[in-house]
Amino acid sequence: MARDDSGYEPAVLPPGVSAASFRAALAEFRAAVGAQWVLTTPEDLDLYRDAYSPFWGEGGERRASAAVAPASVEEVQAVMRAAHRHAIPIYPISTGKNLGYGGSAPNLSGSVVLDLKRMNRILEVDDRRHFAIVEPGVSYFEMYRHLREQRLDVWLDVPGPGWGSLVGNALDHGVGDTWGIYRSHFSAHCGMEVVLADGTLLRTGMGALPGAKTWGEYPLGYGPSVDGLFAQGNFGVVTKMGFWLLPAPEHYLTGTITAPRRADIVPLIDLVNRLEHQGIGGEPLYGSPLGAESGHADYQVLTAGGRFPSDAELDAFAAARARPSWSVKLQFYGPREVVQAQWAAARRLAAARIEGAGFADEREVALPISPAELETVDPIAFGVPSLRTFALTARSPRNPQGSDGHLFFSPVIPKSGEALLEFQRVMWEAFVELGLPPQVGPFTTPNTWIFHGFVCVVVFLVSRSDPAHNAGVRAAFEHLIGVAARRGWGEYRTGPAFQDAVRATYSFNDHALLRFQEKLKDAVDPKGILAAGRYGLWPAAMRGKRS
Amino acid sequence: MARARACAALAVVLGALAAEPAMAVDAPVPAGAALYAWHCLPCHAAGAQYPGTQALQTRYQGTLPPVLTERTDLSAELVRVVLRQGINIMPFYRRTELSDAEVGAIADYLARPR
Repeated sequence: MARDDSGYEPAVLPPGVSAASFRAALAEFRAAVGAQWVLTTPEDLDLYRDAYSPFWGEGGERRASAAVAPASVEEVQAVMRAAHRHAIPIYPISTGKNLGYGGSAPNLSGSVVLDLKRMNRILEVDDRRHFAIVEPGVSYFEMYRHLREQRLDVWLDVPGPGWGSLVGNALDHGVGDTWGIYRSHFSAHCGMEVVLADGTLLRTGMGALPGAKTWGEYPLGYGPSVDGLFAQGNFGVVTKMGFWLLPAPEHYLTGTITAPRRADIVPLIDLVNRLEHQGIGGEPLYGSPLGAESGHADYQVLTAGGRFPSDAELDAFAAARARPSWSVKLQFYGPREVVQAQWAAARRLAAARIEGAGFADEREVALPISPAELETVDPIAFGVPSLRTFALTARSPRNPQGSDGHLFFSPVIPKSGEALLEFQRVMWEAFVELGLPPQVGPFTTPNTWIFHGFVCVVVFLVSRSDPAHNAGVRAAFEHLIGVAARRGWGEYRTGPAFQDAVRATYSFNDHALLRFQEKLKDAVDPKGILAAGRYGLWPAAMRGKRS
Repeated sequence: MARARACAALAVVLGALAAEPAMAVDAPVPAGAALYAWHCLPCHAAGAQYPGTQALQTRYQGTLPPVLTERTDLSAELVRVVLRQGINIMPFYRRTELSDAEVGAIADYLARPR
């Protein structure tokens, strides 16, 4: 359907682009993808926002000038060539569900969002060599459906939100919950196809060897690997990506180890590290049973006036309440005899290293799991995508006001009990300093999504109706970024509102890493049109933007 | 009772996952029920573990059914607005996820007279 744009006055223009250039670019985008897939009305643009933006409705909220939705890599190339010609900033999204990390909004206001949801082909799945190659629009729900329909003998490692994109999640360093390196989705990727800022098409890894059948198996290909540039980066539009998949296990076994004393967290984490890094067990889930007693009057006394209790006080409290200080739920996947032996070994080692270690909540599940049994477990542990993670901040008896969304402050800390205890105390004091109820305290335990890393998550709730609340969230978040960085704890992932602040914390040798990345950026995207500012990497012309 | 309903809901989800609602925009619009199963059941199936159902139960405290498909008071217009604007932690859906026709089909399904 032809459209005469001569009278079109965009509400939002890309920075540095005239209305005439923008209209010319839009016409070329329409020629590339069809008029119905170039979205410019205010109603259209209201769908290209971050639903969990901490700047909702304010000047700081990132807004698109248009969206373009291609269906093929050829269309992506045509769009990029047109964008390059007219110097139009482009921001690619996959399924656009990266809520709180930008969602379907661009990084730089005025950018044209390149919406890749329509490119949702599953190109190859091999359940003997355990890999898949997919387009960016493929969601975890769609992939899981495909694996079930085709009765393929592989599992998918999924993040909390099943509507996310395999490609998009990996490119944001997203993570999941089954076992091993498969949880770190970018680490489990294998080769990619990318459209560069000028429309050039390239493939990495074994994809760079025409006719290779090993694209999905061997990630390094030949020579210096560039794949990392495209993750949390802005060097190209990824249009295909390989992933290693999990061989479907026969059996699942879980058991929980408890430890009585506060100091036991040190040998407990060391033991679990030893098991996991040997390949024994999947994602361990740490908790503090004692934390369930935090409403008790005795605990309120211990923490009156914002005081962090001493180890001795906490041990006395634990003894009085007859609760273990720590727990870790271990999960094992594999042949039945193997997982039973692995759990037996874990119990033996724990009993030898931790006096008073307890063992509880043992359960075995024969796989594949039945639909009825799936209702009684967390589906994420079984590679089944869902949206149940949203119970965290949805309205509930625990949270009767609900919220309009959430942000995660998520620094990486060392995988040790000592680091965890230090983190608890430092962050508690940071919240007290802010005059806020501490979200981190003596019962905080790490998230173990990242294989070989701990992430300690602090959840902030955001509002779409209360800018003052959001301003408070932003101030607290920025304060914590600084507190954490001074201790060597850096964020693993951040949304646009804080990306420059976090980027500045990775400052070794006068920001040598950033300066190196900037040189590469200017060489590969000299007009700076691709995802400008993503993760704090700005093209030369916009570098004054960073704080 | 709730468990049987939850199992039934999950069976619908898994059935929908096994079926193939048409994704291409040019194909005929799938039935509202199939679209609802695919897009909505992950949050709105029966059971407290489903965040949408839990949220509605907390909000309405039993004065309205927390399971959307049991509501008889939903207008198609309201459903269309919620799908395109979102509400609380539920985000809006883009046209590349749900076309206007598909939004209409879900809305008509939830608003159908019973």
